[in-house]
Amino acid sequence: MSGTYLGMPAFPEAAATATANGRLRANLTHATHTIRDKRAAAVGELTDWAALRAAGAAVKDRTLRHLDHYLTQAEEAVTAAGGTVHWAADAREANRIVTRLVRETGEREVVKVKSMATQEIGLNAALAGAGVRAYETDLAELIVQLGDDLPSHILVPAIHRNRQEIREIFTERMADWGRPAPVGLSDRPGELAEAARLHLREKFLRAKVGISGANFLVAETGTLVVVESEGNGRMCVTLPETLISVVGIEKVVPTWRDLEVYLQLLPRSSTAERMNPYTSTWTGTTDSDGPRAFHLVLLDNGRTDALADTVGRQALRCIRCSACLNVCPVYERAGGHAYGSAYPGPIGAILTPQLRGTTSEVDASLPYASSLCGACYEVCPVAIDIPEVLVHLRERVVQGGPATVRGQRTRLKPAKGHAAERAAMRAARWALDRPGVLRAGQRVAARTRRLHPGRLPGPGRAWTDTREVPAVPAESFRDWWRRTGGREDR
Amino acid sequence: MSSRDLVLGRIRRALADVPLTEEPADVHVPRDYLSTHAPADATEMLAEHLADYRALVHRTDAAGLPGLVADLLAARGAQTVVVPPGLPPEWLAAADAARVADAAETTARELDAVDSVVTGCALAIAETGTIVLDGSPDQGRRRITLVPDHHICVVRVPEQVVDSVPQALPRLAPARPLTWISGPSATSDIELSRVEGVHGPRTLEVVLLRG
Repeated sequence: MSGTYLGMPAFPEAAATATANGRLRANLTHATHTIRDKRAAAVGELTDWAALRAAGAAVKDRTLRHLDHYLTQAEEAVTAAGGTVHWAADAREANRIVTRLVRETGEREVVKVKSMATQEIGLNAALAGAGVRAYETDLAELIVQLGDDLPSHILVPAIHRNRQEIREIFTERMADWGRPAPVGLSDRPGELAEAARLHLREKFLRAKVGISGANFLVAETGTLVVVESEGNGRMCVTLPETLISVVGIEKVVPTWRDLEVYLQLLPRSSTAERMNPYTSTWTGTTDSDGPRAFHLVLLDNGRTDALADTVGRQALRCIRCSACLNVCPVYERAGGHAYGSAYPGPIGAILTPQLRGTTSEVDASLPYASSLCGACYEVCPVAIDIPEVLVHLRERVVQGGPATVRGQRTRLKPAKGHAAERAAMRAARWALDRPGVLRAGQRVAARTRRLHPGRLPGPGRAWTDTREVPAVPAESFRDWWRRTGGREDR
Repeated sequence: MSSRDLVLGRIRRALADVPLTEEPADVHVPRDYLSTHAPADATEMLAEHLADYRALVHRTDAAGLPGLVADLLAARGAQTVVVPPGLPPEWLAAADAARVADAAETTARELDAVDSVVTGCALAIAETGTIVLDGSPDQGRRRITLVPDHHICVVRVPEQVVDSVPQALPRLAPARPLTWISGPSATSDIELSRVEGVHGPRTLEVVLLRG
């Protein structure tokens, strides 16, 4: 894929472009509303959902508070089962490791299971740079790859495309990547799925190297779990001779038993199914069944920075279900590309600024890509309080303060764009501490109220771009109270 | 410094707020969720939930099984069928389709030319409509239930049926490669609507074998 998130505009500009695109908005509204009701029904079937959710959050909290312990335990178990474990501090190192491992097989192509981690690190571009072609095999990832596009949703990366657009992409682009689309392809979803089956079949059958992520990594057994629907995941983890899995360090769960919580929470939250069609688990290598070599690449890439923030840490509980995207009014209107990273929607708005820091314009704008309505928190199967983290990150952007960046403790400077806001808040604090000053100020404001402009001048202008300046009453509450003692009839 | 030490060092510094004396088990995990949602009849629920996701469900007993399997294969027009090494021979006793052994040297391309596969299973989960394969001799290598387009899976009821995911995990060995199957291959990637049939077997037939 040649698309890149680098150099993306800040959220407000990107969102303004996206919301003006009528087709995009219609596609997103249709898709997110379809899944919302289904999710609610699937969750409603389980009377103990709240208890599962509490357990899901607690297991992740236990893991995160003792992450070093569980990672070394997982490493030992994977190694004992015949796998090889690699550690990558950042994206570049992970890409270097995977590229080297592919090169060592002598192969020039790999088949890939949809993986957020490899999207995050830009693995496909790195492999292409080394002369290795990576074939995305998830249907939506295939649509994105063929369309030279970027993913816009965690679960359904091509959610911004409707069936007519998908038909066009398949018809025009499949031939460039292998078997062309069938002649006379219609836009029926069943026919489109069939076209993907035919196109990818030959790639699966000849593949020697598979690359995956993982939904879970069980520390006590060294077992990896991949949850999917189409069977492309099974193809990639079963048929090749070499399997390389790139897994974020927060994907570890302590015990085999813990899967009983997540295998109930994830499918219902994600695709609104009682269970997704296929779940594959494997532990190292197995004699004469599946790959002969298995490599696990454990990825940090900013996760330890998020871990160091005691409020932001909860974002690492995320199991990538995407329920928060599907209920978010901002996501529904702005679409996933506006978030400028592999992780769109509410979870992206708290995860990306923690993984990448808040120094770039787009990352500093992400904590504001929310109305704080709280729908995301309500549906989150691991109870991540997304609004709490958003507010916390806004504070970090505006005020600066201590943070960990690439493993180093540092003190962030306040963001430049917020000087006027900070000055206003300082002035407000000073006035609110001094009742006489406040009273005098309010009286001046009341007497001059007919002269107030509809839009603020100077640094306040941006604030009134999207808001009305509140009307100042003729009499302040304090003066009214003093005059009437609170009696309505006076 | 190795990247391993670098990452582990970062983790330890990041967790400065965690008391040194705290053990993993000190972090309380409430497990007051249900171990089963107590279906009245687990086998009936399994059948219903499998059918919800477009698996074709059949019921028979030991005497009827060979005839049923033969009929299902014939109805598909299956000329060839992959057979795991430990499949009870009587299951296919009445079938005409040519047997293909599940051999280590068989390539994926060869399997792609095979019409059907017949297997047993490790267990089935009623609440989620799931069958689980663990590579035992009556199930074979993972790829034989993946590449052919038609999978017939025999579940011994009621003994192989558990109510729920929490009841399933303790009965499964994590060291074995597992495949959990809930209906035929499907996708929700086009406008978030589910359609059946992408890369895995597009037809899944589950035979509930009453002992």
